[in-house]
Amino acid sequence: MMDSENHTTEEHLHPHPLSSSNDELENLNLHENNEHDSLLSTKSYSNYRSVMSTLSDSHNHPLSSPSFVSSADSDPLLSPPQHYREFTNPNSSDTSSYIDPPSYADAIFTSFDGETSSNGVDTPTRSSSDGIFFSRSSSSSEFLKITVSNPVKEQENSNSIVPGSSSYVTYLITTRTNIPEFGGSEFGVRRRFKDIVTLSDRLSEAYRGFFIPPRPDKSIVESQVMQKQEFVEQRRVALEKYLRRLADHPVIRKSDEFRVFLQVQGKLPLPTTTDVASRVLDGAAKLPKQLMGESLIAPSEVVQPAKGGRDLLRLFKELKQSMSNDWGGSKPLVVEEDKEFLAKKERVHELEQQINSASQQAESLVKAQQDMGETMGELGLAFIKLTKFENEEAVLDSQRVRAADMKGVATAAVKASRLFRELNSQTVKHLDTLHEYLGLMLAVHSAFTDRTSALLTVQTLLSELSSLQSRAEKLEAASSKIFGGDKTRSRKLEELQETIRATEDAKNVAIREYERIKENNRSELERLDRERQADFLNMLKGFVVNQVGYAEKIANVWTKVVEDTSGYAKEST
Amino acid sequence: MVTFEGMEQQRSSSGASLSPRSPSSSQPFLSVSVSDPVKLGNGVQAYISYRVITKTNFPEYQGPEKIVIRRYSDFVWLRDRLFEKYKGIFIPPIPEKSAVEKFRFSAEFIEMRRQALDVFVNRIASHHELRQSEDLRTFLQAEEETMERLRSHETGIFKKPSDLMQIFKDVQSKVSDVVLGKEKPVEESDAEYEKLKRYIFELENHLAEAQKHAYRLVKRHRELGQSLSDFGKAVKLLGASEGNALGKAFSELGMKSEILSVKLQKEAQELLMSFEEPLKDYVRAVQSIKATIAERANAFRRQCELAETMKLKEINLDKLMLIRSDKVAEAEREYHELKAESEQATKTFETIVKLMNEEIGRFQEQKTLDMGIAFHEFAKGQARLANGIADAWRSLLPKLEACSSSQ
Repeated sequence: MMDSENHTTEEHLHPHPLSSSNDELENLNLHENNEHDSLLSTKSYSNYRSVMSTLSDSHNHPLSSPSFVSSADSDPLLSPPQHYREFTNPNSSDTSSYIDPPSYADAIFTSFDGETSSNGVDTPTRSSSDGIFFSRSSSSSEFLKITVSNPVKEQENSNSIVPGSSSYVTYLITTRTNIPEFGGSEFGVRRRFKDIVTLSDRLSEAYRGFFIPPRPDKSIVESQVMQKQEFVEQRRVALEKYLRRLADHPVIRKSDEFRVFLQVQGKLPLPTTTDVASRVLDGAAKLPKQLMGESLIAPSEVVQPAKGGRDLLRLFKELKQSMSNDWGGSKPLVVEEDKEFLAKKERVHELEQQINSASQQAESLVKAQQDMGETMGELGLAFIKLTKFENEEAVLDSQRVRAADMKGVATAAVKASRLFRELNSQTVKHLDTLHEYLGLMLAVHSAFTDRTSALLTVQTLLSELSSLQSRAEKLEAASSKIFGGDKTRSRKLEELQETIRATEDAKNVAIREYERIKENNRSELERLDRERQADFLNMLKGFVVNQVGYAEKIANVWTKVVEDTSGYAKEST
Repeated sequence: MVTFEGMEQQRSSSGASLSPRSPSSSQPFLSVSVSDPVKLGNGVQAYISYRVITKTNFPEYQGPEKIVIRRYSDFVWLRDRLFEKYKGIFIPPIPEKSAVEKFRFSAEFIEMRRQALDVFVNRIASHHELRQSEDLRTFLQAEEETMERLRSHETGIFKKPSDLMQIFKDVQSKVSDVVLGKEKPVEESDAEYEKLKRYIFELENHLAEAQKHAYRLVKRHRELGQSLSDFGKAVKLLGASEGNALGKAFSELGMKSEILSVKLQKEAQELLMSFEEPLKDYVRAVQSIKATIAERANAFRRQCELAETMKLKEINLDKLMLIRSDKVAEAEREYHELKAESEQATKTFETIVKLMNEEIGRFQEQKTLDMGIAFHEFAKGQARLANGIADAWRSLLPKLEACSSSQ
């Protein structure tokens, strides 16, 4: 789930290489697991640099919504190097760096030193996810970084009678990796959105049961809109996000389809969606081609896939009855598992609901924080105007004193306003994890559907088999009554038995497929749980540390004003 | 200046305690407090009454201590009387009548109003001229029935605040027209005074804007509080779904969110009372000055008119004396009457001018003090809130750490 490895390097050098590294370092220090302190303990800069190079920020953070990325009003309030020295003490435990009061304020604070907002915005989640990445990846040296850039309008060669060629946009997909299967370390291809759709469809066929990240939506808009800068940019961001998620998935990242998509120049050598007979139908229809080769007409093709779980259960129950004798002990097992599966499904559904509502509330929290910052800023500006006015018009000293007092408040309000905005863009990033998981839920549903349809295929084949067998029995019984045999009948019987054998094979294949998908579901659920725990925990930590840091900063700003105006403190206090 | 010390004393005693402090010295003192709002009456007739406690050693007063019950319209009466009698002095403003019916009896509104009325009376009681007022004595001492009679038999031009507002508006438009150079009526040619008028008008605009943002800021605090509360609830539910260590972490986060929500609501109220209200008060004070400016313009016009009329009468008188008319006596009498009136009008005008000059200085000093206190309280509140937020979130961190190490 983490975009850990997929940071793109900055297209231009960091203005302060040390400072951005500092951000990473400090945040790493705060968020990382203890086991990876070794990475930080080496004081040599070169070691650190190599670690950092995997963590460099992308130019445009895919997660932050544009409205929250504050305009590049970099307002470096403190110089980075001081903080770097403060925090590169590897011997201090993680907890102590949390608890010391000035620490977070400074730590969070340096995220903004001289950086553009997107950089600052990037940092915490990146490094927090990097923390996860380090603890999660099997070999911590594997990485797969994908960038989507450089949208270019291209003309389609039109062979149709209709005059005028349609145009489309291609994007440059750059990959950097050290995974050996790719046979290269850096390469780029041009792909259009249609190619993404193809990739997505092929993956969902090939990796049934896996939680495959959903691709960006197709947009039904006018061609004029399609070419607008904003739309293209939105799409570029969405594509990058999608590809990075794919690269995060431990199984999919190694898939042929993905590799081919990333690497093969020219036309994408994957069968396009229109080649498949019915792409709308579930796996039952596609299964035959996958499983049995093209010569056999699978019985499942004639069967309409059942909609929803209820039909399935009914079928299943009926089958259970008729098959319990034949299948013996294995049948009850399937039932039980199904119950367990249903329970899990229910839990996932409930989780989804909670995540959804938390995500919505997170959005309104972010909006409220933003409004607060805005109004505080407006108040500050109003007081600045008032201060200027009083100073210009001052006739009496009391006016000048008031103007001075007011200026202090105005400056503080403007500072606080800025801090609120920064706090908010960070909050957006952290809480965005919730949104990400909502997106993932779609993938989960899809994977569960794969399982359901696979089971249905099994059911169908089982029932088909059953009816074929009873027909055969009847035929046998009938022909045994006639001495000498009935040539037609015996021929029919032979054919029937041929079909039965084929159906048996199909059934076995279907069962294997079902088991495979079940296993995929299971391992994916496990992975989901594991990753979600880690990601949510990091989200919480990030969110909380962020809040603390900024609250401290804001408190400092106002405390100064309290001191400056202490002369007015009421006698009773 | 004595006024400000008096102000300070009364400020600290008002609101927090129920009755004014009794000073130890034998210096003349007049100390007032407005407290204990109580809802009386039913339905549409319902109103809030306040307890007004006076402590004084002024000889004109009935005794060292007096407690009376007053309602909002009594304060309005007092203000109107003072405005009529003490032209030239910036009469302290009173809080507006509430436009929204529903809000009229909310606890926050009542407290805000009580505070504002307390400040109003205390400002009068600490003004070296106004504190001598007979109307003030009446207000502070008269029986409720007397007060009611006076209130309803008010024959002055300013019967209701709305009337007052209307007249202000008319005068205001006239004065601003003059300032803007639209009309060419009789006007003073004092350059410094012109500057002052311009200053006052512009100041009102600036202040109104600041007050508007201050009010919005209060709203933002409430909104943030609400969203934190909702967020907290949602997160708690998520925690329940998750279970185990992570679930606990979520629950804790949710709880902290809710705690902070309460803090924010509290701070919103504080902000309203100790920052937004003083700003509003400042705006009202400036509007009161504008009313005085209008009064001064009226007085000037009257003085000029009478001077003109007197001249004409003088000419007429001379004429009559020349022709030895029998109307001379009457004309002479009229002339002398007019002369007295004219002199009175001049004196009135000059008093206003003199008073205004003093008042401006007093006003500026008072406002610097008032705003200084308001700024201090504002900053204190914001620092308090921010520290509270930091502390609440910080306390979560060890728990979060524990969760991740158990992963």
